[in-house]
Amino acid sequence: MKKDKTTTKSRKETLLWALLLCSVWIVLLLMNTLPPKDSFFYLTDFNLNTAGKYMAYAILALGIDLLWGYTGILSLGQGIFFGLGAYCMGMHLMLSIGGEGAYQSELPDFMVWNQLEALPFFWKPFDSFVFSMLAVVFVPGFFAFVFGFLTFRSRIKGVYFSIITQALALTVWLLFNQNTMNLGGTNGLTDFKSILGFSLGEASTQRMLFVATGVCLVLAFLLCRYITESRLGKVLIAIRDNEGRIRFSGYSASQYKLFVFVISAALAGIAGALYVPQVGIITPGQIGVLPSIEMIVWVAVGGRGTLIGAILGAVGVNWARSFLTSNYPDLWLYFLGALFVGVVLYFPKGMWEVSARIKALFSRRFKKQGFVEH
Amino acid sequence: MLRTIRVGIALVLPALIVTVFYVQKIAAQAFPRMSTAASMDQLILTLAEEERDLVEKAVFDLGNLGDAKLLPTLEALREGSLYLWIKSDGTRRVVIGRESIVRDEVSGFLVLKAYGADPISGSDGAPLFLPEERLESIRISRRLRIKITPLLNRLRLFSPEAVIRESAATKVGLSGNHEALPLLSKALAKEKDRWVRFALTEAIGLVRLRDADPAVRKAAAETLGQIHAMDSVPTLEARIEVDASGVSEETDIAVKAAVTEAIQKIKAWEVWTRTVETIFSGISLSSILLLVALGLAITFGLMGVINMAHGELMMLGAYTTYIIQEFFVAYLPANIRDFYFILAIPFAFAVSALFGYCLEKSIIKKLYGRPLETLLATWGISLILQQAVRQVFGAANVDVASPAWLSGGLRLAVGIQFPFNRIFIIFLSLFAVGSVYFLVLRSPIGLKIRAVTQNRSMSACMGIATERVDALTFALGAGLAGMAGAALTLIGNVGPDLGQNYIVDSFLVVVTGGVGKIAGTVGAAFGIGGLNKLLEPGFGAIYAKVLILLIVILFLQKRPSGLFPDKGRSIDL
Repeated sequence: MKKDKTTTKSRKETLLWALLLCSVWIVLLLMNTLPPKDSFFYLTDFNLNTAGKYMAYAILALGIDLLWGYTGILSLGQGIFFGLGAYCMGMHLMLSIGGEGAYQSELPDFMVWNQLEALPFFWKPFDSFVFSMLAVVFVPGFFAFVFGFLTFRSRIKGVYFSIITQALALTVWLLFNQNTMNLGGTNGLTDFKSILGFSLGEASTQRMLFVATGVCLVLAFLLCRYITESRLGKVLIAIRDNEGRIRFSGYSASQYKLFVFVISAALAGIAGALYVPQVGIITPGQIGVLPSIEMIVWVAVGGRGTLIGAILGAVGVNWARSFLTSNYPDLWLYFLGALFVGVVLYFPKGMWEVSARIKALFSRRFKKQGFVEH
Repeated sequence: MLRTIRVGIALVLPALIVTVFYVQKIAAQAFPRMSTAASMDQLILTLAEEERDLVEKAVFDLGNLGDAKLLPTLEALREGSLYLWIKSDGTRRVVIGRESIVRDEVSGFLVLKAYGADPISGSDGAPLFLPEERLESIRISRRLRIKITPLLNRLRLFSPEAVIRESAATKVGLSGNHEALPLLSKALAKEKDRWVRFALTEAIGLVRLRDADPAVRKAAAETLGQIHAMDSVPTLEARIEVDASGVSEETDIAVKAAVTEAIQKIKAWEVWTRTVETIFSGISLSSILLLVALGLAITFGLMGVINMAHGELMMLGAYTTYIIQEFFVAYLPANIRDFYFILAIPFAFAVSALFGYCLEKSIIKKLYGRPLETLLATWGISLILQQAVRQVFGAANVDVASPAWLSGGLRLAVGIQFPFNRIFIIFLSLFAVGSVYFLVLRSPIGLKIRAVTQNRSMSACMGIATERVDALTFALGAGLAGMAGAALTLIGNVGPDLGQNYIVDSFLVVVTGGVGKIAGTVGAAFGIGGLNKLLEPGFGAIYAKVLILLIVILFLQKRPSGLFPDKGRSIDL
């Protein structure tokens, strides 16, 4: 196929962004390792860890952007897929504790409290790291496939889809809270000791996890870029803009939507799996209705349909969250609420719009001056 | 000599006994009141004696008199607020000293009569004040204190309040003490209230179940079965339960059969009552869902606005109710305090409607035709409202007391009781649906609302002030939310996250019912509410919820646009 100018340009752009992303996290990593501890440029282990957490969120935000920004599907249940990935990883980490828990039992501690005799059957395969890694992608993917198949097939779309996914988030949250699910109940999974034999308390392990998150983020970005720049991406945008017309043109909109939904669920699962070992705990509170809708605002703030904006939004909003909840805990919800309202009312394209408006402001000023001179 | 003595004794003793008997009887007939009054005062005075056996006997005698006026006496004795007052002339009197006060720098009590707890008036007519040093506290042993409790229940059988009589009867019956039988029969003979009579009959049956005579036991078991005495099932089962050595408490075969039959009868009745209760609680939950979802159906169905702050508008209504209650408590006399709720409902409607109006004018107005955006913006508003309420009223739940006229319930039969507050909510939601129906489908403003919904620009051309109609419609939806919030104070906690608990469920109702269809909303509310209560006993609350979500998703496969879709060829492109 003949390469036209726009393709070459978009490829260049993709590479540029990917390199920029890479260099950002590599610089962060170097700031953690190279300078002496009292240097101005030194990044503490804690801060590096936090940055890793934000990057995991950014992977999730990429999935949301693909789904919402490009295809126009607003899912208020991304927290579920994040949670599924996180719990898959958490289960593996729980099992790798082995007999080192508080009760010296082969079973995870919470099962000892719940007086379980043996490991539930669905826990058993998570002993294997390879299986767990596959599950991290495929469990959320499969779940999204089944749910998406049912909903897209019956053409549930727009706000209906949002409401149904929110109800799903609520029910999954309720389920994960149940002790009888054998997933740790309200307390979730925690007290992890090691991953693949490396202690999670060590700074070097955390650094490796940071690198893994960074690599995954760049790969996820490349994947999303690949999808959106391909013909498939054009169909997705067309679905967003006019689904009826794309159907009449002979495309099966529901299949495209299902594909994107599964991809975004898998990305959310990967994000969850990277999040757990870095943060050290996963509870139902992190995957319910409120966190799910909060994830939407990351993308809204960053600017939907831009991919890079989703990453910036995820990092930015979470940074603001950490800052506010530790310094002004009462203000955080006001800020978040105002963010929702403000973005929707004044900046539908997020931060991109802010920069565009600033540009426009300057150019208008120039024009005005030009007009006067004329 | 010995013989004469024997004969003498044989003749004199019966004569003596007969004489004493008759004298006593005549005396009792001649001065009936005086004698009981005298013995009552005597008994009460005995409570102050040193000798423990005497005191204990007096306590039991008092308890078995079956006089409700003795209740305060024994209660005071148990609490240690019974005092012996030795007057200046040396006479002794037992009084109750409950309120400790200080007068002229002397601490003491305003004393009450031991019998009936009426205030004793002093020489000047005012309540008598006695300094502490003139009173001698009557103390009893721990052992006796424990023994008084069942006696109190026996006295409560004669309380003027039916609720107290009923619970006392149940307690006395469950204790199964044979000594209480005469009192129970006496109470039953006087009793007029249906449910107290029931409780007394049950109690007598339970006591007689331990009678020495098998025939009495059999009759008791039969009675219990006949009246469907549900509380007596454990006792009945215990009678025929076989222990490790293969022996049951009940030995008589005929009685055993009667007990078994009674248990079966009661159990069959229980199944029946449980069915009725399930149906009722299904209807109750449905009406709550309907009340909550109705406002949502208006904002979503008619205006296409996803109002995620709907739950918080409900919360505003609930807090308005709280404020009005506090106002009544602080500024109005106690006897009309209970009517705060009647005022609270319109107020809650008004406050939420006003807030909704402002919300529409400031934010929603700019977002018509962009439902996903309204969803996000209203979610943001809900977060702000929650946090604001949390900071003003505190994060903990506030206390909203249900008015007394809505406490209790309508009892239709044994074991079937419909709480008044639930009935009230059912009627309120019916009223709300009815008014919305008339407002939207039968009134001039409703005509305008529907016109704007169907074709905004055409309506504007026809001279309808579409912006005003929008704002008023949104205010109506918000007001309904406020009203629902006020109603919810009757059955749930009032806290900053009140709205969050209902929002997802109510949206599910609206989606299932179909957009813009009041009939659909009603149908979906009853479908989801009923299904919820139907599944709950078998699967537990959480799994029932999961199942309902699955059912809704599968239902939407069949009917993607709800219960009652529009017939037509329109398609949203």
